[in-house]
Amino acid sequence: MDIDQLSGAERVLRRGEFLRGMMGLAMGLGGGLLWAGCKPSGSAGGGKGRSLLNVSYDPTREFYGEYNPLFAEHWLAKTGERVEIRQSHGGSGKQARAVIDGLPADVVTLALPLDIDEVAGRGGLLSKAWRERLPMRSAPYTSTIVFLVRKGNPKGLRDWADLAREGVQVITPSPKTGGGARYNYLAAWAWAEEAFQRDPARVREYMRRFLKNVPVWDSGARGATSTFAQRKIGDVLLTWENEAFLAMREFGADQVEVVVPSVSLLAEPPVAVVDANVKARGTEALAAEYLSFLYSPGAQRLAAKHFFRPVHPEHAAPEDLARFQTIRMRDVEEAFGGWAKAQAEHFGDGGNFDQLQRP
Amino acid sequence: MSLGFTLTYLGLIVLIPLAMVFVKTSGLGFAGAWAAVSTPRVLAAVRLTFGLSLVAGVINCVCGFLVAWVLVRYRFPGRRFLDASVDLPFAMPTAVAGITLTTLYAPKGWIGQYFEQAGIQVAYTPLGILLALTFIGLPFVVRTLQPVLEELDAAQEEAAASLGATRWQTFRRIVFPPLVPALITGSTLAFARAVGEYGSVVFIAGNMPGKTEIVPLLIITKLEQNDYAGATALAALMLVISFALLLLINTLQRRMARRHRK
Repeated sequence: MDIDQLSGAERVLRRGEFLRGMMGLAMGLGGGLLWAGCKPSGSAGGGKGRSLLNVSYDPTREFYGEYNPLFAEHWLAKTGERVEIRQSHGGSGKQARAVIDGLPADVVTLALPLDIDEVAGRGGLLSKAWRERLPMRSAPYTSTIVFLVRKGNPKGLRDWADLAREGVQVITPSPKTGGGARYNYLAAWAWAEEAFQRDPARVREYMRRFLKNVPVWDSGARGATSTFAQRKIGDVLLTWENEAFLAMREFGADQVEVVVPSVSLLAEPPVAVVDANVKARGTEALAAEYLSFLYSPGAQRLAAKHFFRPVHPEHAAPEDLARFQTIRMRDVEEAFGGWAKAQAEHFGDGGNFDQLQRP
Repeated sequence: MSLGFTLTYLGLIVLIPLAMVFVKTSGLGFAGAWAAVSTPRVLAAVRLTFGLSLVAGVINCVCGFLVAWVLVRYRFPGRRFLDASVDLPFAMPTAVAGITLTTLYAPKGWIGQYFEQAGIQVAYTPLGILLALTFIGLPFVVRTLQPVLEELDAAQEEAAASLGATRWQTFRRIVFPPLVPALITGSTLAFARAVGEYGSVVFIAGNMPGKTEIVPLLIITKLEQNDYAGATALAALMLVISFALLLLINTLQRRMARRHRK
C-alpha cells in the first residue's frame, strides 16, 4: 500500500527481475513446506508425564484451579501416573472456535451446550450425541440467572416485571456477543411467557420495554460487571448466580445484594471429551475419567464452594449450600425447544432480539 | 534473493491471510455478500467507524504535531519521561486502555463527572469512541514526525530570519513543508489503526445498535453466531474501503510532494 513499495514493484517489472523474485518466492515456500513435513508428528502415547488440556470459559478459573490437583491426586492413586492438567480460559464462544480451529483440547468445559454443539457439528470433533454420554445432560454443576442490585434494593426490584418499569436501568451483556448473556434474555422471555399466558403480543411488548431499559450493551460478562459495580451504572445486573457471588466477594457485600426472581432459567454449563483430539493424543481414558470424576463427592463439594449448584448436593458442605436460595427454574429444552432452536429464533440475524430492538 | 524473501514474507504474513478473507467471502457469492453488508445497521457502523477514524486521524495530526514539536524543540524537566510515555498506547493491552478510559470518563468517573455537569456524556457515546481512537493513534504521528523534526537544519531558519522573514513566514515556508510527508504518513497510520481497533472501543462505546456500534464489533457478533461467511463479508468490505482510502491518501501525498519539488 505504501507508494515506495508500489514504485519498487514497478521498477522490478521494468528491469525484468520479476522472474528471479518469483523463484525466490517459490524457494521460500518450498522450504517452508519441507520444514513442515519434517516436524515430529504427533506426541501421542508416552507413559509418564502426560498432560491434559481443559478448554474452559472464564468464571470456572477458580473451580478448576482447585479441582485439577484433586483429580491429579485421584489419578495418581488409581494408576500410578502423574498427569499435568493445563487450563485455558476465555469467552465460551471464542474457546469453542479455538478448539474447532485446532486448539488440541482433550476436554471442553464451556458455558452453553450450543458451544459444544458447534465443536461437534461444524468441527466434527466429537459425536453430536455428546450430551447423552454423561449424567445430568453432561452438566456436573449448574447455575441460574439472578438479579444483583444495589445494597438495600433502592428501586424495589423483586421480579422480572420490575425490570421493564419506566426509569429502571438494566445491565446485561449483549446476547449477540456474550454467550452467557443469552440465558439472561431467555430467562426474561421464559418468565413473560408464563406471566402473560403465552400471549405473543404481550410477551413481545414486555421484552421490548425490558430491552429498552438497557443503557449499554457490554460485549461480555466481565464488561457488564464492571459497568455495574465499578462505574455504578444501572440499577440491576443480570448475571449467573455463581458470578453474582464472585462479584459480591470482589466488590463487597455492603455494596450489592442478590435478588432471586419468581422463576428463572436453569443454566447448564456442559462438559465433553473431544473425541478426535484424545484419540490422536492417546488420552481417551484419562479424559473420560477427568470428566466423570466431576460427579464425585469431592468435586461436587468444590463446585458448591465455588458457587456452582452441585447436581449431587448431598456431597456439598451445608454452609455452601445455604447460600443458594430456593428458586423455580425452567430449562431451555422445555421452554424453548432446545438451544439450536432458541439460537435461530432469537439471536440469529433478524431474529427476535434484533426485531425487538428496532424502534 | 532479497526480493524473494520480501515476497515470501509479505505473502505469508499479509497477502495470503488477506486473500483468505476474499476466498471465504466468495462462498457467499456477490449477492449474498452484498445482502450481508448492506443492512442499515452495518451501514451505520461503517459510517461511524470510518468517520470517527478520520476525525481521530485529524486530531492526532494536529495534537501529535504539537507534542512532537514540544518534545524536539524544548528542553524542560521531565521531557524524557514524557517522551517515553508517548509509546504507552502501543504497549498497553487495548482492553486495559478501554477499561481505564471508560472508568475515567463514565458519568460518575473522575473526569466524566465534570463533563456530566456540563451536560456532555463521553463514555457510551460516539465522543467516547473518538477518545479511544485518538488515544491509540497518538504515537504514530509523534514518532514519524520526531526524526524529521530533529533533522531540520537550523541554518535554513536562521537564513530566513536574517533575510527578514517573520516567524510565521519561516514556519510556513521553511519548517512546515519538509514535515508534510511525515505528518501525512503518521496521520494515515493513526487512521488505519483506528479503523481496525476493537479492544479498547467495545468498553467505552456502549455498543448500541445503529448508534455506537463499530464494524469490528459487528464482525465479532457474526462470529459469535457462527456466521463465518457474514463475518468475512464485513471484513472484506472494510478491507476494500480501507484500501481505497489509503490509496487515495498516498496519491494525494505524492501529488503534494511533486508540487512541493516544483
